[in-house]
Parts: sequence; structure tokens; C-alpha cells
Amino acid sequence: MARVLLRNLNRMYDEVPAVKDVNLEIRDKEFVVLVGPSGCGKTTTLRMVAGLESITSGEVLIGDTVVNDLPPMDRDIAMVFQNYALYPHMSVYDNMAFGLKMRGVDRAEIGKRVQEAADILGIGEYLKRKPRQLSGGQRQRVALGRAIVRHPQVFLFDEPLSNLDAKLRVQMRVELKKLHSRLNTTAVYVTHDQVEAMTLGDRVVVMRGGEVQQVGEPLELYNAPANRFVAGFLGSPAMNFAAVRVSNGASGLRADSPGFSIDVPSEIDPRLRPYAGREVTMGIRPEDLHIANGGDPPGLCLDGIVEVVERLGAEILLDLQVGGQTMVVSVEPTVRAQRGDKLRFVLRPNRLHFFDPASEAAI
Amino acid sequence: MAISEAVNQRAFARAPRRGAATLLLEDERWLAAALLLPTVILLGLFIAYPFVEGVLLSVSNARVGIPGHFVGLANFTALLSDSIFRVAVWNTFVYTAVATVLKLALGLWLALLLNRHFRGKAFTRAFILLPFIIPTVLSTFAWKWMFDPTFSVINWTLFQFGLIHGRINWLGNPDLALISVIIVNVWRGVPFFAISLLAGLQTINPELQEAAAIDGAKPWQRFWHVTWPLLLPVTMVVMLFSIIQTFADFQLVYVLTGGGPANATQLFATYAYQVGVGTGLLSEGAAISLAMFPFLLIIVVVQLLYIRRVEVH
Amino acid sequence: MIEGAKWRRWVYFYIPLGAFIVWLLFPFYWMLVTSVRPDRELYRPWMAPNYAPFWTAHPTLVHVVDLLTETLFARWMLNTLFIAIVSTIISLFCGLLAGYALARLKFPFGGSLGTGIFITYLVPQTLLFIPLADIIRNFQLGDTPWALVLTYPTFLIPFCTWLLMGYFKAIPRELEECARIDGATRWKAMLYIIFPIAVPGILSAGIFAFTLSWNEFIYALVFLSSAEQKTVAVGVTSELVRGDVFYWGQLMAGALLGSIPVAFIYSFFVEYYVAGLTGSVKG
Repeated sequence: MARVLLRNLNRMYDEVPAVKDVNLEIRDKEFVVLVGPSGCGKTTTLRMVAGLESITSGEVLIGDTVVNDLPPMDRDIAMVFQNYALYPHMSVYDNMAFGLKMRGVDRAEIGKRVQEAADILGIGEYLKRKPRQLSGGQRQRVALGRAIVRHPQVFLFDEPLSNLDAKLRVQMRVELKKLHSRLNTTAVYVTHDQVEAMTLGDRVVVMRGGEVQQVGEPLELYNAPANRFVAGFLGSPAMNFAAVRVSNGASGLRADSPGFSIDVPSEIDPRLRPYAGREVTMGIRPEDLHIANGGDPPGLCLDGIVEVVERLGAEILLDLQVGGQTMVVSVEPTVRAQRGDKLRFVLRPNRLHFFDPASEAAI
Repeated sequence: MAISEAVNQRAFARAPRRGAATLLLEDERWLAAALLLPTVILLGLFIAYPFVEGVLLSVSNARVGIPGHFVGLANFTALLSDSIFRVAVWNTFVYTAVATVLKLALGLWLALLLNRHFRGKAFTRAFILLPFIIPTVLSTFAWKWMFDPTFSVINWTLFQFGLIHGRINWLGNPDLALISVIIVNVWRGVPFFAISLLAGLQTINPELQEAAAIDGAKPWQRFWHVTWPLLLPVTMVVMLFSIIQTFADFQLVYVLTGGGPANATQLFATYAYQVGVGTGLLSEGAAISLAMFPFLLIIVVVQLLYIRRVEVH
Repeated sequence: MIEGAKWRRWVYFYIPLGAFIVWLLFPFYWMLVTSVRPDRELYRPWMAPNYAPFWTAHPTLVHVVDLLTETLFARWMLNTLFIAIVSTIISLFCGLLAGYALARLKFPFGGSLGTGIFITYLVPQTLLFIPLADIIRNFQLGDTPWALVLTYPTFLIPFCTWLLMGYFKAIPRELEECARIDGATRWKAMLYIIFPIAVPGILSAGIFAFTLSWNEFIYALVFLSSAEQKTVAVGVTSELVRGDVFYWGQLMAGALLGSIPVAFIYSFFVEYYVAGLTGSVKG
């Protein structure tokens, strides 16, 4: 029952809104990731849940209690910080024990819980060391350990992996996922890294400019982004966007741009019909374009000139020039393409996205 | 799993009961008030209150033991026509200006010397600060003894080198006394300048020097175009601090000359002491002290503005 | 360093540095020589042919013995020690709390209060000593150590506050936020997390405050009158100069002995002292 509920949450800094009217329910035992570019309000939201940031208006509930006026110490939460925030003058053991001491847990129980957490995280042999004697990955584990010994109602994570090198980050990501399924506690996780968001979250909340853009399961957001921002933010390399003009053709709607002309799939037709004669934004992910063979319907093909070839190993990224617009396509590593090649691509019709040019909302 | 069971079994919303004082101190504003209270009381009682009291004294005709009554600006107008006061004002400005310039020049020179690598550097640096940390009054007595016309080791040294032929009365000669006092002030202040500027020098990335050298700058040009501009913020702050201290100096002069001979070394503070404590004319003494205030205020304002400007950048 | 010819190194480095060292340290050597020199050698004019300034043929401890037996010097040392220690403790206590509040907490008029404390840091003692003497008399504190114990913090607190603020600002905010989430009140987070981390700063501030109060002169001169209440600086000035007669041997012995406590503490904590000194002008 340790859900977290945010109701019409607002935070202003000197008249400038940092968080605008956020409504969100984080269910019991759910792992929810807040993701967005820096300055999107995700960290401020998390800090309001923690009680470190005052709330301008709205409510935060943990369990069934409104905690707006409860100091952080009484919220029964634990938080892992970006720079770990280990107390430099205390040993690893004392770092982990501090929260329990503050709550008046007796010594035997503290020892038991610290040992238990240390075993889970594999830091048992470092308990006597000071934080500065540990590597980045070990510090990260201590910070996690300090949070889990407390058995809190809710875990808060503020970009906990961003100070680790790339390899360690992937490793810790997997461990965090395991840890969560083991502890089975509500968790709110803030990151700017969309890969972390997609892999860790039961649900993902995409934020921009203090507002929630979309909430949903990772693949739901990936496959059906609510607007152009979400579409562009999730996925690497990012979705390609092109301005197209919608027109009535002989066999249904067509989307035209200087470089290509595409038959709009019939299932999108009804939604796009009101835009006939107007310009909209079309989106297609790099992996949804393939090199065409002779048999593909010409209404789904476009021609591009290869400008850059990026060989990543598992895939090759081609930067294409398509009628004055740039597009990125992901192709099989076996493809032999060179700068200046003119290639024909076919797109998957059911993976096309269209966005209203003014509101940027998905059509 | 043990942990998850523990979580599930626990009652929620179990915010522990806290005392009213604890909750009050969780509010930043109340905590700040509580933390600042002792400081505000002490500073209020022994800085703000004396300041007000000083202003009140300076517009009265109080003597030691006699409360006195309001006389307006009479004490200040009397000061304007007081020839000793005018000498003291002149002396104070000369003393401050000459001593500060010398301290800056010599301090910077010493800092540049200490910024090189040589054996025993830490040791030298530690010893060089001695004049600054040893009680001023006590070290000034050593100078007074060195300046003694009859037994002066300085005179002996100069005589041995053939630089003088008769004896020099360092503190007794009205023309020399102020110079002698300045020498001692500079002696005491140079270490402070040197160590502070050295700290400033050490924050300058040596790569800048190397880059300038590669660009073909001569040592003097490197100093003028690279080191000096980067050192300027520290220099300004150190200088403003020193100006205030020098302007309001008392102990050096009190020990060396007591303001004499014939008021040749009289400063604001020594004159205020002489009048206010020596003769017991509290109100006149307070007026002389307070006459420093406008000058100090200007320096403090300059300093605050400068610090703010540096912080903005 | 860019090396040059050997003579250049001498002219531009060794000779100037040597001159500085001689100039800055000679007075202390002079103190030492004078304090062990017998009177008949001491009062030999510099014109005299047998004037030997830099050494003495007959070193004696008679001045030191006289100083300790015939004057209240030992008493002055204890007075100064007491006053310096107590006023340092008071100032550290106030400076820690105020420095933390100004560095970390948001509250109305926080900025102007900080500026106010900075300004009091710049107020020289000579500006206020006359009205302050009056107030001390009214509080019945005249001629007691408490007159100094309570007034020294006026220049020590601003210094400590300013210095410690710098240290507190350098400590990541997350540490105390984490402590507060861990269940500590703001007060406990400050006490158990921030203060222990700031120990080097506290040491610097404490050492600096101690030397400043040991060296203070004008308040001690004005607020104390009886010989047995005096501090070293005032006692040496007023009690070892009788009329026009200077007891130079005792004076220099007193100056030397009176400098030893600060020199002693300084020698152990040079780095902290220098950190305090440079921190105090960094602002």
C-alpha cells in the first residue's frame, strides 16, 4: 500500500514554474522512472516527494498520508543521490548504520541489517573502510546499501548511475533491476538517460518544461508516443522527422515532400483525413526503413544519397540526404554502402507516425 | 523474502511524535533565527550598542564620571580648528598611503620569490610569517630597542658600513619618527601580503605562464599580462583589509612614540586615546574616533562592491 | 622554472630572499640576544669600541628570573591564556552556528545579515573603544577578564563566521539532505554530518582566533587597570616601563616569553593558520 500520489503538484522558483500541475500515481511496488532533458522538472518533482523541496501548491501522498508538511526524516523514504552523498568521515558500516541509529534501532538489529544489506550487495569486506578508499562502483553499492538497510516504504533514486563509467553503468542497471524485484518496494527513479528509463521502469514518465508529456509502459511510449517530443526523446538514434504535405491521391491519402511521396496506410487514413491539404510532421524510426528490393510497392519507397556511414558493429547507421532533409537509417552490418551511393529504401507502413505541426500531438 | 515481509507488515503513516521545538527547528527560518541568536546578541551588545553610544557621546560634553548633556556638533566643529587633530589626520593619511604601497610592493616581490621552487621553502614560508603572528606590541618593543639612539644596533650597522657618521635619533627626530613608524608597520604587514598573494599566485595555472612563454612573452611581460590581472582580485581584497587596519592603527605608535615627538606621529586612534582616556574627555575622544568612520565607510563600501563584482563574474 | 646563469639566480633570487629573511627575522634574534645579555653589556653605547651587538660573551638568565619573580608576568600569562581560550571557544561556538545558517539556510534578510556580519568584521577596535569602555563600566565588568572575554568575540565571531561559511559552502548539500532523509533533524544533520567534515576549518578558525585574542592590545589597555588583571601585552607595556626607565632586559625577556604560546601553537598548525589567513581574505 505504499503508493505515491502526486496531485496537481506545482513548484515555482521566483515566479518561474519548475513543475507544472503534475498528476501521477505510483502504485505500490511499482518501479517508475521520470525521464527528460535537464531542467524538465524531474529532479524537482523527486525532491518534493522527498521533502527536500517545498511544495508551492498541490499534494504529495505517501501511502494514504498527505506528507506536504512532514519533514524528510518522518516520510519513511530512502534516497540514493547522483554523487552518492556518502558521509566522508564515517566508515562504510557507519554510513549504512546512520539512518538506523537516528531512528533508535537497537545495536543488534543494526548489525544484522547492515550485514544483510552488505551480503546482498557484496560489500561485506569493505565495511571498515572510509568512502574515499572505495572505487566509484563500490561507493555506488554503499549508497544503495544505506538505502536498503532502512526498509523504507519508498526508494527514491536521483540519477544514481550517471557518475559511473559506461560499462559499470550497464552492470549496475541490471543489478538495480534484480534488487528491485528482490526488495519488492515502490521506487521512483530519475534519469536523463532514455536507455535507463526504458530498461528499468515498469512505467516511464516523460517530462518536459515541468510538465508530464506521457506516462506508460516503456514499449507503449516507444511504439505510440503521444507527441513529437516523446517520439524524439526515446530511441537511439532518434526518430527521423520530415515535413510532409497531405493530399488526396487516386488511391487514398498521400504524404508528399520534396524528396519522396508516400501512400498513407489505410488504418491511419481516417485520422489524417482532416489534415488533407495541410502540412504535418511525419516520423519514422531508423530501424523501420530497409533497403528496398525490386518487389516493394513504390508508394512506400524513398530514395536517399548516403552522406555518412557509421559502422557500429551490430548495425550500420547511414546518414541520408533525402530531398533536402536528413534521415538516419539503421541497416544490417553486412550492407556495403559508401558515401555518395544512391539507395532506395522501403518503410514499414504500420510504423509511420504523424504529428500535428502546431500542437505536436500525435495524430 | 524477509525485507519485503517487514515492509508489508508495518503500519503506515507512522510518523513518530515529535516535540514542538523539534518541529519548529525543522523550519529553516526558525532554525536560522536560533542559530544566529547568540551572534546577534553579542554583536548587538558590543558593536551596535557602542556605536550608538559613541554617536551619543560625541554630541555631548560627557567626562569620565559626569554624564553631560547634548551639545550638538560642537565637538566636531572644535576638532576642525584643532591643529593637533589636523596634524593627526594628515599623518594618518600619509602613514596609510606610504605603508600600504610599500607593503604591497615588497609583499608582492616576496610572494614571487616564494613562488619558486627551492629547498626549505615550507620552512622559510613558516618563519616569514612570524612578524605577523607574534603579538605586535611585543615585537614593536624589539624595534623600539633597536631604534634607541644610544644603543641602536641599526646605527652601529650603518656606521660600520660607513653610511652614517653621527648618530641618528630614529624616534626622537620629528622628521624621522613617522618614517620609523612606517618601517615597523611595513615589517609587520609584509608577511601578510606575501602569504596571501602567494596563495593567490598558487591558484594561477602554470600552463598559462607556459602558454605565454611559447607565445614569446618575456618574463616581465608574462607578469604584467598574465600574472598580475589574475592576481588582482586577491590583491584588492588584501589591500583593502590592510588599509582599514593601517588607518585605524594604534599599538605601533603607542609603543614607539606615543604620538610624539611634538605630535609628529599622532594618528586618529592615538589622539582619540590621548584625549578620551588620557585626559578623560570622553565626548571629544569619541568624536575623534568617529571622525574615522566616513573614511572607513568608503573603504568598506568599495570592498563590498568589489567583492560583489568579482562574485558576479 | 626557467633556469638562467648562476649569477642571475644569485642577483634575482638568493640575495633578495636572504635580505627579506634577515629583515623579517632579525628583531626576534635581537629580542633573544638582549634577554640573555647582562646589564653592563646591555647599556654600552653603540659608539663604544667594545660594542658587540650580535653576540654576548656572558649570557645570563637574570632577566628571565627577575621577570618571573619580581613582576606579575606569570600571572599575566595565565590571564591572557584564560581570556584567549574562553573568547575563542565562545567565538567558535557562535561562528559555527551563524556560519552554518548563513551558508546553508534560506531565511528573510539572510543576505543583509551576512553583509552586516562582514561589516563588523571590518570594524577596527579603535573605532569603538571609548564608548565600549563606558558600557563595560556600566555593566560592572571593568577590570575583570570578562570585559575582554565578552568583547573579543566582536572581532572574532565575524572572522570565524566568514571563514567557516567558506568551508560549509564547499560541503555538498546532498550530504545533509541524505542525513535528513535518513531520519536526522536539521540540527542533528548539522551536528553529526556537517561539523565533523568541517573540522579542518574549525581548527583554522580556532587557531586564528586564539592568536588574535592573544595579540589584542587596545581593549586590554583600556578596560583593565589593576596590575594583577593585565594581559601580557599590556603588562609588559605598562609595568616594565616605570616612568622613563625601560628595563630592556626584562622587556625583551617578556616579549620573548609572551610570544612563545602563539609561536608554539603556530608551529604545530602552520598549514591551518595559513589556510585561515588566506581564507579570511578570500571572502
